[in-house]
Amino acid sequence: MASLEHEIHEFGQLDQLSYQDTPIHRLDPRAKVLTTLVYLVCVVSFGKYAVLPLLPFLLFPVVIAGLGNLPTGFLFRKLLAVAPFAIVVGIFNPLLDTHIALRVGTLGISAGWISYASILLRFGLTTLAALVLIGTTSFMAICAAIERMGAPDVFATQLLFLYRYTFVLADEVVRMGRARALRSFGRHGMGIRVYSNMLGHLLLRTYARAQRIYLAMTCRGFDGQVRILRTLHLSTRDVTFTLGWSAVFVAFRLFNVPLVLGQFITGLIT
Amino acid sequence: MSHHSIEARDLAFSYPDGTVALDGVSFEITHGESVAIVGANGAGKSTLLMHLNGFLTPLRGSVRVGDVPVIKSTLSDIRKAIGTVFQDPDDQLFMPSVYEDVAFGPMNLGLPLEEVDARVIEALTQVDALRLKDRPPYRLSGGEKRAVAIATVLAMRPNALILDEPSSNLDPRARRRLIGLLGTFTHTKIIATHDLDLAMDLCERTIVMSGGTISADGRTGDIFTDDALLDSCGLERPLSMQNCPKCGRSD
Ligand SMILES: Nc1ncnc2c1ncn2[C@@H]1O[C@H](COP(=O)(O)OP(=O)(O)O)[C@@H](O)[C@H]1O
Ligand SMILES: [Mg+2]
Repeated sequence: MASLEHEIHEFGQLDQLSYQDTPIHRLDPRAKVLTTLVYLVCVVSFGKYAVLPLLPFLLFPVVIAGLGNLPTGFLFRKLLAVAPFAIVVGIFNPLLDTHIALRVGTLGISAGWISYASILLRFGLTTLAALVLIGTTSFMAICAAIERMGAPDVFATQLLFLYRYTFVLADEVVRMGRARALRSFGRHGMGIRVYSNMLGHLLLRTYARAQRIYLAMTCRGFDGQVRILRTLHLSTRDVTFTLGWSAVFVAFRLFNVPLVLGQFITGLIT
Repeated sequence: MSHHSIEARDLAFSYPDGTVALDGVSFEITHGESVAIVGANGAGKSTLLMHLNGFLTPLRGSVRVGDVPVIKSTLSDIRKAIGTVFQDPDDQLFMPSVYEDVAFGPMNLGLPLEEVDARVIEALTQVDALRLKDRPPYRLSGGEKRAVAIATVLAMRPNALILDEPSSNLDPRARRRLIGLLGTFTHTKIIATHDLDLAMDLCERTIVMSGGTISADGRTGDIFTDDALLDSCGLERPLSMQNCPKCGRSD
């Protein structure tokens, strides 16, 4: 349970980071959401074997994390935490796709390894971008933004509550876990049976709580629609941010920047 | 709702599993009164409160607020008039920031944004929590959560306040502050509690419940000196009265 508690704590930390006050945090959430979307589309739309042209995309999360005062070590740890997923997803590529695509000296590198590298890189970039977005924009601002951008009300509301009660639910899980640990004396409780009991119990608790929350909401005039109170202002700064970065991403997507740069430099030398 | 008495007549209720939680409860609370509802765990206090704002429907008997019966068609008016503060603030604070949480009710009333803002600021100032307005509710201390939960209800401008165990889970200082705060409200107050000292400080009248019925209803001072009654209902004298019954208020 300790590691779960730790995860929950880290998740809370990300949430807390989003309440800082930096130029990036002050940007309109819509500008950041939209920019991140363009970023994701550009990164994901590369061909299967793209590695080199992806590298310049590292610029965005690095710059935003820097300006947004997000601790690098923290982001890196979060990235590592989700890395096993990406590692597993692409693991068979090197085995299945064995024809040699690249020769470095006498060493042949198979297409499979290249596509695996591409997957890992893309996974890293998109995860970083998402982390940076969440770390610089409070979750409710993100919800307000996607609602303003035309997502259905219900969707934004659901997301909002999901996020809000993750903390409450997480606390409940931690408390139950502690109670179990206290009475199982370092052994694994009663194994799987206790876990299923705990899960059932958690479900009941959650259900009871949901009912009480609903009461509290009707008590204050809830009629099925949450009115998210947010006056969003798009300033020229926000527009410049979005357009500027989007232009950069599209340029990175269309031109193989490292290659062009390399050619340019070799051109200078010779 | 011209005058705001709250009247229960012969209320009875059982939960679906057959537990009889209320069995013939009657009382009338007049405008401006502060009433404590005390009783051991499981005495039926929370169940009773749930009937006063129509969250539960009695099997027998009725509730009236002013001259309006609490029935399905009057519920939304009743709930505007009677503000309920739940036992666990985590149930009540569901929005992502304190400000939005307090604004939730006024927004649903369809008030213009400036009016909503004015009410939020006013309610938060009343409970001395304005500095918390941009914080997420789940990061507040127990006492702060309670204060904000009360503000969410005040922002609806209710005539009466119902509070379920308001001092549970508070440290002594937060509890003191809460008692001070509640003392400043002029609303009709109905407070379910087993904190008899709190009842002593805030309520001139006390209703004692046990086993789903009312065992006593009278002046707080009289009830808390009646050891036989308290004992039969599983209660103990408030600490402030344990040695000297006459000077309990002099803390
Ligand atoms: N949801 C429920 N389902 C079944 N029984 C309940 C439920 N809630 C409360 N009870 C029972 O009803 C009785 C009164 O409970 P309650 O009103 O919560 O008491 P109090 O608030 O005074 O502690 C208790 O015996 C309790 O076990
Ligand atoms: Mg109760």
